[in-house]
Order: sequence, then C-alpha cells, then structure tokens
Amino acid sequence: MKINKQSNIYTIIYIVVLVVVVGCALALTSLALRDRQQANVMADTMGQILKAVHVTPEADVTSQFNSLIVKQPVVNAAGEIVSEEGAASVNVAEQSKKPASERLLPVYVCQLPDGEVKYIVSCYGAGLWGPIWGYVAFDADGSTIYGAYFNHQGETPGLGAEIEKPAFASQFDGKSVVAPDGAFVPVDVVKAGQKPVDARRDYVDAVSGGTITSKGVASMLDNCLAPYAAYLQNINKQTK
Amino acid sequence: MAEKIKNSQVFLNPFSKDNPVIVQVLGICSVLAVTAKLAPAMVMGISVIAVLAFSNVIISLLRNTIPTNIRIIVQLVVVAGLVVIVSQLLKAYAYAVSVQLSVFIGLIITNCILMGRLEAFALGNKPWPAFLDGVGNGIGYAVILVIVAFFRELLGSGTLLGYQVVPDSFYEAGYVNNGMMILPPMALIVVACIIWAHRAINKDLQEN
Repeated sequence: MKINKQSNIYTIIYIVVLVVVVGCALALTSLALRDRQQANVMADTMGQILKAVHVTPEADVTSQFNSLIVKQPVVNAAGEIVSEEGAASVNVAEQSKKPASERLLPVYVCQLPDGEVKYIVSCYGAGLWGPIWGYVAFDADGSTIYGAYFNHQGETPGLGAEIEKPAFASQFDGKSVVAPDGAFVPVDVVKAGQKPVDARRDYVDAVSGGTITSKGVASMLDNCLAPYAAYLQNINKQTK
Repeated sequence: MAEKIKNSQVFLNPFSKDNPVIVQVLGICSVLAVTAKLAPAMVMGISVIAVLAFSNVIISLLRNTIPTNIRIIVQLVVVAGLVVIVSQLLKAYAYAVSVQLSVFIGLIITNCILMGRLEAFALGNKPWPAFLDGVGNGIGYAVILVIVAFFRELLGSGTLLGYQVVPDSFYEAGYVNNGMMILPPMALIVVACIIWAHRAINKDLQEN
C-alpha cells in the first residue's frame, strides 16, 4: 500500500514522532552533561569571588578557591552567624528580594597569602536588560572596601557591560561604607563630576552611556550591603 | 536534479565561487557579532560546520518522507535540536567561550545559511553529497569569520588568540590600537574589503 504523504494524518503523525525523537535527544544530552555544566558554573562563580580580592583565577580554580577561602559562614541582618558553612548554597537572587531582616547572607572569609583576612559579601540586583551581580571584599576593619567585582547577564556591550571591567570595579578600592559619624552608607554610583545627595557617602563614577546599569549597581549596593552592616561592625570589634 | 554536480565541486565551490558569506551574503549578522576576537570566531565557525553538516545529512535522509507542506517546520526542528545540543556541549566543555558567544550560538538557528542549504541542497540530494555540501559551506563561512576576526583582533586589540603580537616598542613609538575595529560596523567594512578583493580576482562574479 502506498502511503499518501500529503494527507493530514500522515503530517500530524510525522511531526509528533519527530518532535518526540528530538525532545528525547535533547533530554538525554541535558542529563548527560548536567554535572559538568554545574561544575563549570561553580568554578566560574569561584573565579568571580576570587577576582573581588584581586586574585586572578588559575586553571584549577576549585583548589585555589579552597586554599584561599577559609570559612564560608551564613549570617543574618542582626550580625549573628546562622551557620558556619554553606555560603555557596545560599541563593542570593532570592534572598535579595526578601525584607532585610529575614535574609540569609553569605560571607566568604578569605585569607590572602600575606596573611591578611578579607570578608567577601555577595550582591544581586537588576541592570537594564537583565540581572547584575557582584562580590565586594572588605578589609578586616569591616568598613574599607578592599576590592569589588561585578558581572551581568546581558548589559549592552561597550556601555552597561563596562561594569565588569576592572576600570569600573577598581574605583571601589579603598572606599569606605562607614561615614565619619558611624552611620552605614553603601558606596554610591554617580554621574562623573556630580556628588551624591547624601554628602557623607563615598562614591564612584558611573559608566558613561550606561546610566541605568550604573543606577542598578548603586541600588544593588544599597539593597545588598546594608543588611551586612551589623556583621561588618562585629568583625570590626573583634579585630580591635 | 537536472544536472549532476561532482562531489568535489559540491565540497569546494563554497570556498570561493559560491561562498555563503562573500558571494551569497548570508549569515552576516553573526559575522558582525562574534568576530571581535579570534577564539570565539573559531568556535562559532566549528559550531556552524557541525550543525550544518549534521542537519544536511539528517534532512537528506528524511527527504523522501517529509510532507512538503511542513518541510520548513521539520527543518527548523532538526536545526534547533542540533543547535541546543551544540550549545549544551559548549557549556560543558568550553564554558568560557560559551559565555562570550552568549546568545549567538542559539542564533545559529536563524542563520540563513542553514535554511538555505537545507532547502536548496539537502532536500534534493543523497546523504553523502549533502554532508560534503554542509561541511563545505560551513568551512566557507568559518574561513571568512576567521579572516575578519584576525584583522579585527590584530588591529583592534594588538593580540591574536589573546597573545600580544604587536611589540611593546610599537606602543612606545606612539602606535595606538584602533578602538573602532572592536565595534561591529568595522566587521562590515572588513567583509566588504574581502568581497572587493575576491571580486577583483574573480572577474566572472562582477555584475554589469
């Protein structure tokens, strides 16, 4: 019997079979590669965290990370340590949407080869086209920024995407988040030549042409650094 | 098919006389987007070769069974499936490059070269010639990508594959990288220069 290839039944069966076959192939590929992909994402995240303390990630970033990051506690907005381990498993994107008092805050405690201890905290916010995130490293005094690293999912190349370049992030080095009167004031990002509304705040220059992304960085820092205020004050007391 | 074309021609024509980028001017979008650096351009080229070869073979194998009124949908399903597999493989084995290429691997699906070859060749030919046609056109595309990326990275960043090739003494003598080369419009100008040189050599391609 000759099959009529132009009949509706044949067409429908053909496309259903095709889609099922392709769907199975994709599901199998995804299952087979998931572990490797997750390992890559983890390694990439570790590399980003290390960049916040001016360490260049090496090929074997996992062992480099494990040797430099000595503790990964999770803290809360009251400055108490919720758990000594598990910072990496905190979903910063979800936490950043909760009220500050309910958040779980990951901290990566880094001991550099010269013995200095840095505290790296995690930020997450919105840029122009998609999420932006970053890691800010504090000195042991809990107020001076040692280094910062920012990244984004899809900001405009050459404009907003410049936030991932060292030229932008290195501006944060040495800035303070504690005003002379003791108030906690995250670093502001303002248009070059302007000053922040609150004169006590330290500030950096925004990216030219990347106004919305720069504002995104500023509000991300406002939102995500403020809950760490109590914890950072505690580490300052400990070190004194 | 009216006339029989030799397999060697099927394979070699896309390199020069029938090049998908500089003669047919297809797939220009990704040429603009991924050629600022040589390494992503190479990965993009290899990905397109793989997707084009396999989709050509698959469509060629299915060519006698595909209902004509949904053939474009069938082609799209096959191409999209292969592209997702390639993108998953890159995420697993070449993560850094896959981040750089971001959406452009996914956009291979909309690359006109693919649909063009499937419609024009794979639907009417046996799997082996279709495979050769896919690889040939893929290489024809990749070669242009690499040439454009070579000039853009060399003149725009002074590096090749990330290694600095312009000596420091040049910079001390006042040489400056051409920042324009990193921007997409310069890719179009480099492609135009290649087309110009190519047509100057192949007089039969010149229009009156």
